[in-house]
This record gives sequence, C-alpha cells and structure tokens, in this order.
Amino acid sequence: MMKQIKSVDELMKLKEAALEKIKERQASGKTTIVVGMGTCGITAGAREVMMAIIDEIDKRNISDVIVTQAGCAGMCQHEPIVEVNKPGIPQIVYGHLDEEKARRLVLEHVINGHVIEEWALVQRD
Amino acid sequence: MKLSNKMRELSHHLLDLIENSLAAGASTIKITVIEDTSGDILGFEVGDNGGGLNEEEIEQIYDPFVTSRRLRRVGLGIPLLQQAARACEGDLIIRSEKGKGTTVKTTFRRSHIDRMPLGDVASTLVAAVAAKPDVNLLYNHLVDGREFIFDTSWLISKFRELPLNDVKVLSWMKGFCREGIKKLYRGD
Repeated sequence: MMKQIKSVDELMKLKEAALEKIKERQASGKTTIVVGMGTCGITAGAREVMMAIIDEIDKRNISDVIVTQAGCAGMCQHEPIVEVNKPGIPQIVYGHLDEEKARRLVLEHVINGHVIEEWALVQRD
Repeated sequence: MKLSNKMRELSHHLLDLIENSLAAGASTIKITVIEDTSGDILGFEVGDNGGGLNEEEIEQIYDPFVTSRRLRRVGLGIPLLQQAARACEGDLIIRSEKGKGTTVKTTFRRSHIDRMPLGDVASTLVAAVAAKPDVNLLYNHLVDGREFIFDTSWLISKFRELPLNDVKVLSWMKGFCREGIKKLYRGD
C-alpha cells in the first residue's frame, strides 16, 4: 500500500512529478474514462465506482488516463455506467458496474486493451 | 406520494446537489456541513453562483416530475432529499435568484433514527473535482465548533499548469479530506 501524502511539501513534489508525466504523455494519446454521475448513477453506486477506478489507476501508476464524469445519459436502468475511450480500440460504454468490476476494467481494458464484452452496453467504432 | 429513496448516505445527496450546481454553470460552489450535538441538528448547504432559478422554477423543482431539461429523466434529486429531511423533523429550502445563483439548505434532527449517515464526504468532494477541476470548491465542515476547511481555489492557484483532476492529486485530496474530517469527531 502506498504511503498517504499529508503535507503540502509532499503535495508540491507530487505536482512536479505530475508535470513531468504530462510532458511525456503529450506525444501519445490518452485514455478518458467517463463515469455517469446523474442522480440515477449516484444512487446506483457511481461515486464508489469512480473512487475504485481512481484508486486502481493511482496504485498501478498509470499516467495517461483522465477520469471524469457526465450527467444522466437516459439509460438509468443500466447504471452505474462508464464510458472508456482508449485510442486504438473501440469506444465502449459499460453498464451495471460495481467497485470490483471497475478495478478489473482498469486492468483489462485500460492497461491490456481488451474489451470486456459481457459488460459492454454500447460499442462505437 | 412517497418516493423510494435508494441513496444510502447524505454525502450521496450532497454530490447530487453539487452536480446541480455544476450543471447550472457555477464557477464557485460553497459547501457547508454543520453538526451540533447539543442542539441535535445536522445541516448542510450548497450555494453556487450558477444560472439561478426564478420563482416559478423554484416551485417546480420541489415536484418530482419536473426537471429543467425537457428530455430524459425527471428531476428526482431535490424531492428525495426534501422527503428524507422531513422524515427526520427537518426540511429543505431553496433560495435562488435568476442570474445570481442558488443555495439549497437542508436540516435533519441529528439523532433521528431515520437519519442517513453523513458517509464518505471526501469521495463526494473528489468526484466533484474530477467533474470540473477548474471550479472553486469551498468545503467547510463544523462539528460542535471544531472546523475543517478545504478550498480548491488555493490548490488551483498553486497548481496553475496542472489540472486538479490528475489521478495522483485526486488521491491526495481524498486522503487529506478523510483525515481532516475524521479529526472533527475526535475532539482533540
């Protein structure tokens, strides 16, 4: 387990390291992960899913990923919904996620580049 | 009419209110949580400088089948929270002015058996920053006079070139807020 950062000094060191990584990543395309955070998503556990994704990316030290969120997409019955956009592979909208599935998604889709078909709701080529 | 509320924590409702502020185009959102054990009150307030609502819109927002969006879902967030507050001898009040912003204030009887736990506020704050890293979030949490303040405008000024939604920064934020909020209950 990684040491928690508590002081401002440590935070500033973190900033420098993150800026370095931004420079590195500018050449290659980055992956965006969008979590649905409407009332429907929040109720279904979207915040917990987002925290699991952030934690997994942090633990694995992946630098070229942006985690963000969107409102309700009108597919409330399938929440929590996460859209993953990784350059080079189809854009996938996953549904019915939970914390455990979210962590596996980071490993399989984001790192290994394999679409998890049984959880996919929509595929956009 | 009784709505079935599946939210498990007040911090989920808090995130829902912040989402409303973000959707209203707010650039500053002020969040205050006040817990007073001797007065037996737990209250929270989300105030923004977003688009604001006129009187008719404020009336409608209490209605579960009205939303400012014409398509997709109905707006259930506010009615759900109001129902939860009223079930705990509290209430929800909206103050708003078109073009100036909106403040939503909720109170609960703190010891009420039906009061949801406050839950993981740190995660709520992190989710909000991930959504719009350039929005100034000011979080203020008071427990019997002890105070925790988290102000992202300070971080934004320190970071400038770096958006706050960097995963490492979000993780730091979660740990920092968790720790700060936890201390409020220890009384040391």
